[in-house]
Amino acid sequence: MNKNLTAEEKNELVNPKDRGFTQRLATATDWRTALLIPALAVLTALIIGVVIIMVTGSSFSDAMEAYKALLQGSVGSLRAISETLTAATPLILSGLSVALAFRAGLFNIGGEGQALIGGMFAVWVGFSITGLPIYVHLPLAVLAGIVGGAIYGFIPGILKAKTGAHEVITTIMLNYIALRLVDYFLKTSIFQREGRNDPVSKNVEATAELPAFLSSVDPALRVHAGLFVALAAAFFIYWLLFRTTIGFEFRAVGANPSAARYAGISVTRVYILVMMIAGALAGTAGAGQVLGVLGRATPGFTADLGFDGIAVALLGRSNPWGVVAAAILFGGLRAGGQQMQVSANVGIDLIAVIQGLIIMFVAAPALIAAIYRLKTPVASTQISKGWAS
Amino acid sequence: MELELRGITKRFPGVLANDDVSLTARSGKVLALIGENGAGKSTLMNILSGIYRPDSGEIIIDGKLQHFADPGDAIKAGIGMVHQHFMLVPVFTVAENVVLGVEPTFAGNILNRKKANKEVEEISRKYGLAVDPKALIENLPVGLQQRVEIIKVLLRGAKILVFDEPTAVLTPQEVTEFFGIVEELKSRGSTIIFITHKLKEALAIADDITVLRGGKVVGNADPKTATQEELASMMVGRDIDLTVKKTKANPGEVVLDMAGVSVMDDYGRPILDSIDMQVRSGEIVGVAGIQGNGQTELVEVITGLIPLASGAIRLKGQDMAGSSPRDIHKDGVAHVPEDRNHMGMIGSFTLAENLVLDSYYEKPFSKGIRMQRQAIDEAARVLVKDYDVRPPHIENTGGALSGGNAQKMIVAREFSRDVPLVLCAQPTRGIDVGSIEYIHEQIVRKRDEGVAILVVSTELDEIFALADRILVMFDGRIVAELNTSETSPTEVGLYMAGQAA
Repeated sequence: MNKNLTAEEKNELVNPKDRGFTQRLATATDWRTALLIPALAVLTALIIGVVIIMVTGSSFSDAMEAYKALLQGSVGSLRAISETLTAATPLILSGLSVALAFRAGLFNIGGEGQALIGGMFAVWVGFSITGLPIYVHLPLAVLAGIVGGAIYGFIPGILKAKTGAHEVITTIMLNYIALRLVDYFLKTSIFQREGRNDPVSKNVEATAELPAFLSSVDPALRVHAGLFVALAAAFFIYWLLFRTTIGFEFRAVGANPSAARYAGISVTRVYILVMMIAGALAGTAGAGQVLGVLGRATPGFTADLGFDGIAVALLGRSNPWGVVAAAILFGGLRAGGQQMQVSANVGIDLIAVIQGLIIMFVAAPALIAAIYRLKTPVASTQISKGWAS
Repeated sequence: MELELRGITKRFPGVLANDDVSLTARSGKVLALIGENGAGKSTLMNILSGIYRPDSGEIIIDGKLQHFADPGDAIKAGIGMVHQHFMLVPVFTVAENVVLGVEPTFAGNILNRKKANKEVEEISRKYGLAVDPKALIENLPVGLQQRVEIIKVLLRGAKILVFDEPTAVLTPQEVTEFFGIVEELKSRGSTIIFITHKLKEALAIADDITVLRGGKVVGNADPKTATQEELASMMVGRDIDLTVKKTKANPGEVVLDMAGVSVMDDYGRPILDSIDMQVRSGEIVGVAGIQGNGQTELVEVITGLIPLASGAIRLKGQDMAGSSPRDIHKDGVAHVPEDRNHMGMIGSFTLAENLVLDSYYEKPFSKGIRMQRQAIDEAARVLVKDYDVRPPHIENTGGALSGGNAQKMIVAREFSRDVPLVLCAQPTRGIDVGSIEYIHEQIVRKRDEGVAILVVSTELDEIFALADRILVMFDGRIVAELNTSETSPTEVGLYMAGQAA
């Protein structure tokens, strides 16, 4: 870059003082923290996974066998890739939801609730309307998911903007509310399938299903058109964040709210808009599940995809393409984990452990830096702050 | 104790931060270490306090070669550091803060408060540093907090005290008191190193002056004979004229008109108390006052950042009360904010983005919601060149700029707009002499173009250098309006302290 920087200024450059830790973590642009740390985090987590397998009484070759199955099950065949992408699709969307909020300085933990509400809207449009052609009905159902999620994101947004209520608290609470609302509505006559006593919705019409576009090759290929919706969303969010005035405002508020206010940006408007778009993304994820995979809604049909979105956004450094990559990695782990359970007899719980480890290492870059003796800015900050006595 | 540095060199990747630096701080004397931001003062100080190890060179105290492996070694060797930003726990008492890390305890590790209080009292009596050991830090004014920092290093046995920009946060009265403390420490045999970029203070308090530039010692000066201009020239490496050249003002129509403007804090107490003032085109009005007497709020209420409780604010006769910051900006108010890092720019944004921070939505920078990267970059390239922002790489982040260059970037953004009113709050706070000279020139140039300018500064020198008319604020009110040619810093200083009237 330039040579006239003092050490202090360099330090300031890599540790901008006007951003919080999560912000810095979530939006790092330095290539080393953006790529190297996540890659090493994955590697380290996999190595620890071996140790865990061996501690539970298996041999090293058993562990290698398990990882072979993991690889087989995630990328080893067309079917494996299809499963990987099927699992990745909702994670891309819920990851984008969290990533977008991160960029604007908000921590959206409400992806789960937003996905549930979005899914319920989509499933309702999916089964209640009949006789429409697919090119009208399907977009309508997806749109319903977008709207449902946006409404549910609007609530914490307006609460934050008007009353200052912290979005972390409100979104967590709204998750519980959504979860129970789904349970309740699935038992009402609007949603419940005729002749059933358990909470399960009517099946969506075929005209509202996201088509499994490879099913003509092999009916077992589940990957559905929701993947394209997710990729389009990633492109859209990238464009919105980095090419539009709206994204400029989002990023300004996220990086430095008082400078944003000074610049005439309405911080409250940004909070509301960001939460609505984040909710819409998560809602789309929920819609994709009911319209593309399940064909109906059941209690907790989102299966934690909203929470996994947080992990995906962290690993993807809140960059839309990073989120896509992270979602595919997690999708692969999930798909491969099934195979691992079946053919290597290693429980799928190990996958959850590995995912947890990855995120822990990504969140503690200093740990990775210490293990691999990297000279990262993270380590040097520690030193300069260490001598306050 | 006498401290000598010989040939200290410290290299960072791509930067030679200290290049063969040699200097001597004599026992019982004050050495002022002056230099611009980035001259290597901070690195040298970190070496002295054991945070960095030099690549080569020697640290010698009283003829004995020292090796500092960590900050603990430096403290043991008698070096005490008083930082610009205090490292105190606000909810602890003075004594608790002072003994933090070296607490006197009873058996069982229970803090011996009585002994702690006594230790603090002893030191404050010995050095004339009056402060109540039982007072909570958060209730103390900045000047007293600084004393606590000094007591902290004295308790740890420091004989060589290093002060990093100690007057930056002090009021003029506190600066005078601080100088008294320095004299007292000197008479007790302490060696003082005083790091500053305020030349006047270096001349007033130092026995020796060493000037750093670009990591090197460029010279020593005798404070008895040196002038501010000489020191400034040494620091910058070229001739510096500290007096602002300007002709007599030619005030025109009233641009900003404030009548009975009041602003309340969260508890309903007035922070601004019925302010009446006017700024005309082609004149610079300076607002003097000690930090915290309503100047911040004055600027923020004009720019719409805080709500008006009562009164009227008119821009060229048009009522602005209740307008949003965006509308006021559009109506033609440019604002150089007092806190450049927290308000004036976004450290993680590029220079190009920062240069359109408040005009990104206007043509030609965007069409609809699509930002026009090319137009933004083109405008940015012109601005960094015109306003001498260095290094002129528009894709660098704002946070990578030195203070002076960051301020020039903000001035470029605000001054390049064609507006009737410009507000400059602390336009040169904490920046280097070269940038100060440049920004002052720009302010005068803007005035001569017929713009109405309001300059708020806690630096009296700056007010006197720039202002055609001076308003003094005290306790949320304007307590005096003076013509610069008919008043003196002493008179303004009295109004600032709320003593005259």
